[in-house]
Amino acid sequence: MKNFHISTTVNGDQTEFVCAPDETLLDVLRNRLGLTGAKEGCGTGDCGACSVTLNGRLVCSCLVLGAEVEGAEIGTVEGLATGDHLHPLQRNFIDHAALQCGICTPGILVAAKALLEKNASPTDEEIRYWLAGNLCRCTGYDKIIKAVQIAAAEMRGA
Amino acid sequence: MRYAKPATAQEAVSLLANEPGLARILLGGTDVLVQLKAGMIEPDLIVDIKNLDRIKDITPEDGGFRIGAAVSGASLGEHEGVVALWPGVVEALELIGSTQVQGRATMTGNLCNGSPAGDSVPAMVAAYATVRIEGPNGVRDCLVQDIPVSPGRISLAKGEIITSIYLPARPERAGDAYLRFTPRTEMDIAVASAAVSLVLDADGTCTAASVALGAIAPTVVLVDAASKCIIGTKLEAAALEAMSAACSAACKPIDDKRGTIEFRTQVVGVLAKRAALIAYKRAGGSK
Repeated sequence: MKNFHISTTVNGDQTEFVCAPDETLLDVLRNRLGLTGAKEGCGTGDCGACSVTLNGRLVCSCLVLGAEVEGAEIGTVEGLATGDHLHPLQRNFIDHAALQCGICTPGILVAAKALLEKNASPTDEEIRYWLAGNLCRCTGYDKIIKAVQIAAAEMRGA
Repeated sequence: MRYAKPATAQEAVSLLANEPGLARILLGGTDVLVQLKAGMIEPDLIVDIKNLDRIKDITPEDGGFRIGAAVSGASLGEHEGVVALWPGVVEALELIGSTQVQGRATMTGNLCNGSPAGDSVPAMVAAYATVRIEGPNGVRDCLVQDIPVSPGRISLAKGEIITSIYLPARPERAGDAYLRFTPRTEMDIAVASAAVSLVLDADGTCTAASVALGAIAPTVVLVDAASKCIIGTKLEAAALEAMSAACSAACKPIDDKRGTIEFRTQVVGVLAKRAALIAYKRAGGSK
């Protein structure tokens, strides 16, 4: 199996890694780059816990091969905060208890950020549809939707 | 497993044609990577064709649009021209999977996965969309409906790849629509589905129609007997009933965990009626 030497950008930083042809972007992020925010829930694109952005598009990193991302721009949950300042989504998820076990949270934060960049004032229904591919087995989703709405309102005011 | 990312269609074709083992083409990967993970396939070679020229482009052509094979659902849904001309095709593709899946999934991949339940396929068949195929013997075009052969099997020969799909021009007063039945509102696979495309004359009479059904036979089927029932009508109740019955008569479904033969046969007629009414309104007809 021939390994690949890939140059890419992760959260704005020029990054290089070596990976096997059958290695997913999720495995690369977690095992080779030490970015363990993205989680493997299902590994088949159903749960969204591994959500990242790839050239600005929200994707499941478990359904992307590491070898595919040469020259791409990748955004992960680690890129949300600015230094010690949490992103408004992160802060509001904590303040409004929009998580319990936390496994789904990084994926939901990345997905919600992608939504708010596209639509600064989504309805509850739009949030629910956008996050339909992010499964949470703890919260029942209500607090997640509420936290996204509060963060969105805060970001509109900012 | 080896991975190759050729820069030209010719190079991709020769890699695929010369591979003695099992090869798979990679576009959005939303089917291929799932099959890899599940151990359903163990390819020797993955050919990623996303570096090919114009493979991610949507290009106006002769009044229609040529959609590059690697155009994702998210990109297609943001293209105002395609949404205006073929709203039913766009809504069908956009029903597939989550936002995350939409960021990667393609119409070409949906077609080449060979599932009779692929959402974009009935809409493309009803649109008389064509695919452009590049292969060892050159370039050829063929209708989307000629690609599926049986569940998981398609008619492409070894070494052939689809590089684009063409959605044709439409006359004035034309519309299309796609509906599917799923137990859940999102993230589910069609139990039965129907796509209808039609053209109206100035007084709202249907002058041309096509009806394609999904998940009710080994392949997506184009039901001429159903379209005949609505051509020459203004989609009055009797015409819709006849069309619905023709759709049910064309079904050869299976029983599985997602639906029974009886359910699929009945519900596909209902879906076709509703899709026809949506297409009628999109074409400017009033009901």
